[in-house]
Amino acid sequence: MRRPNADHLVEAVNVTKSFGSNVVLQGIDLTVDPGEVVCLLGPSGSGKTTFLRLINQMETLTGGRIWVGGELIGIEERKGKLHTRTDADIARQRSRIGMVFQRFNLFPHMTAMENVIEAPVHVKGISKREARQQATELLELVGLADRARFYPSQLSGGQQQRVAIARALAMKPELMLFDEPTSALDPELVGEVLGVMRGLAAEGTTMIVVTHEMGFAREVADRVVFMDQGVVVEEGSPDTVLLHPTEERTRTFLRRVKQQAEAEAQHDVELAKTLDALES
Amino acid sequence: MSTSSGSDGERPGLINAVPVRHYGRWVAVAVIVLLLLMLLNMLIFNPVFDWPFVLEVMNQTPVIEGLLKGTLLVTVFTMIVGVLGGVVLAVMRLSDNPVLRWVSWAYTWFFRSIPRIVLLTIMGAGMGLIFRDGLSLGIPFDWKIIEWLGLSGDWRFATLDANTLFSGFVGAVIGLGASEAAYMAEIARAGILSVDKGQSEAAQALGMSRWKAMRRVVLPQAMRVIVPPTGNETIAMMKDTSLLIALPLTAELFYQVGAIGSRTYQILPSYLAAVVYYLLITSVLMVGQSYLERHFGRGFGTTVKSDKAQAEIGLMAGSAH
Repeated sequence: MRRPNADHLVEAVNVTKSFGSNVVLQGIDLTVDPGEVVCLLGPSGSGKTTFLRLINQMETLTGGRIWVGGELIGIEERKGKLHTRTDADIARQRSRIGMVFQRFNLFPHMTAMENVIEAPVHVKGISKREARQQATELLELVGLADRARFYPSQLSGGQQQRVAIARALAMKPELMLFDEPTSALDPELVGEVLGVMRGLAAEGTTMIVVTHEMGFAREVADRVVFMDQGVVVEEGSPDTVLLHPTEERTRTFLRRVKQQAEAEAQHDVELAKTLDALES
Repeated sequence: MSTSSGSDGERPGLINAVPVRHYGRWVAVAVIVLLLLMLLNMLIFNPVFDWPFVLEVMNQTPVIEGLLKGTLLVTVFTMIVGVLGGVVLAVMRLSDNPVLRWVSWAYTWFFRSIPRIVLLTIMGAGMGLIFRDGLSLGIPFDWKIIEWLGLSGDWRFATLDANTLFSGFVGAVIGLGASEAAYMAEIARAGILSVDKGQSEAAQALGMSRWKAMRRVVLPQAMRVIVPPTGNETIAMMKDTSLLIALPLTAELFYQVGAIGSRTYQILPSYLAAVVYYLLITSVLMVGQSYLERHFGRGFGTTVKSDKAQAEIGLMAGSAH
């Protein structure tokens, strides 16, 4: 069997996934190099989230291979035969990958601090004191040092998502996965989360981001991958894919996004007019 | 902003309205007060309620011993067995392994079907017959293997007498605990299912094993749902210890007061002693339950870890951010 290219942090080859008779991914090829930020775009149901969940083994592969850091995900080859990995091995692989969920999934019975130190203490086994020190730095990084003793229910959605990012970073992952990190947020809270992610990208964190935030993709991504109906339709630099797409499906999608944005802008203009009229 | 109502310049101030009179409530209070007076009158002046004798019964050494050992201690141990067993059964029931799922289902079906008094009676009377040679720890089917090999003797390391094991205190804990586990399994299952799937996903994404995610993340949250019905179960179990005479276990509150009652012909006051004790224990258990509920409800209600955080929340609510 072919060996993965050691330069790539993530290499996915001919990845397929079906749920019963429902084929969600039909042959995805994708590579991500260390330090790269890759944004997965596409209409809902295109398989972006499923692909992300496959990398972290929230789902099991139907076909194809994914390597992360040169290691096959979920399976291993022994004497020319493929074996599924043990639960312990899967847990070890997951601990090298950070994941941020659409719905934050913070542990509600733990404070922000406890959320962040949970995995370093109980998975890595480092001392609580050391973990707390690290966690304080991470909470500072996401701008929430003063919220360490708060429970998730006492934080806004944007604050919760930033704690969730700190929690994932606490395991010092080689790769960060973001699954629509701003989709569940009120519009005015999107910015603070994207700001943190921008900071991470600038520091050279390797990130795969499933998102609907075109502005973020254009500004931060090194590469944009457009997916539709379980295949990669087009990929390339943000400017190529977003400004000069060659595929019809990409164009259709971007047109629809543009129409929506324009409708919203129109709405905003009208709102501004109303407010102006009220003021005068 | 302009106001259209009210005379010019004068704005409405404090409201000093006459509240609605709830005459129905007053009637209800009067009826209840009357009934309470009648009840008190009966309790105090009816000579059948011989309160000094009740206190005396409550003070008897065998009664106190029965209360502590047969009623309280058995409740504590059976609930430990029941809760642990129930959680294990619930995890089995929710596992991917069909054999474990089936075993858990069958266990729950069996023990939920058998009335506790029947279970205890059969245990006390039958276990000694079923395990005539006692219960041994050793190699299964050793007698058959030894016969095949043409050897003699046995391969058993320790043997316990079934009659001592299944009657008395240990029997009480085994019998009631086994029965309780079946009920607790359903409660624990409901609790585990009440926790959002994203929780174990997030835990596993951090590298936790399935069991660690269950123990550190899912179960503590499930406890919020598990504790209230478990309080119920504990109180029910405390009362069900009065069935232990079926085993028979005599060092138990209800049997002991009954014995005094039939010896002194003061049946009612003797049983009243038990009633008072049961009321007292239930009150204590209910207080304990409310503490547990507060502990496992942390992060869900308005409870805050420290006064400092409380103050900060006040600040936050005050500021525009």
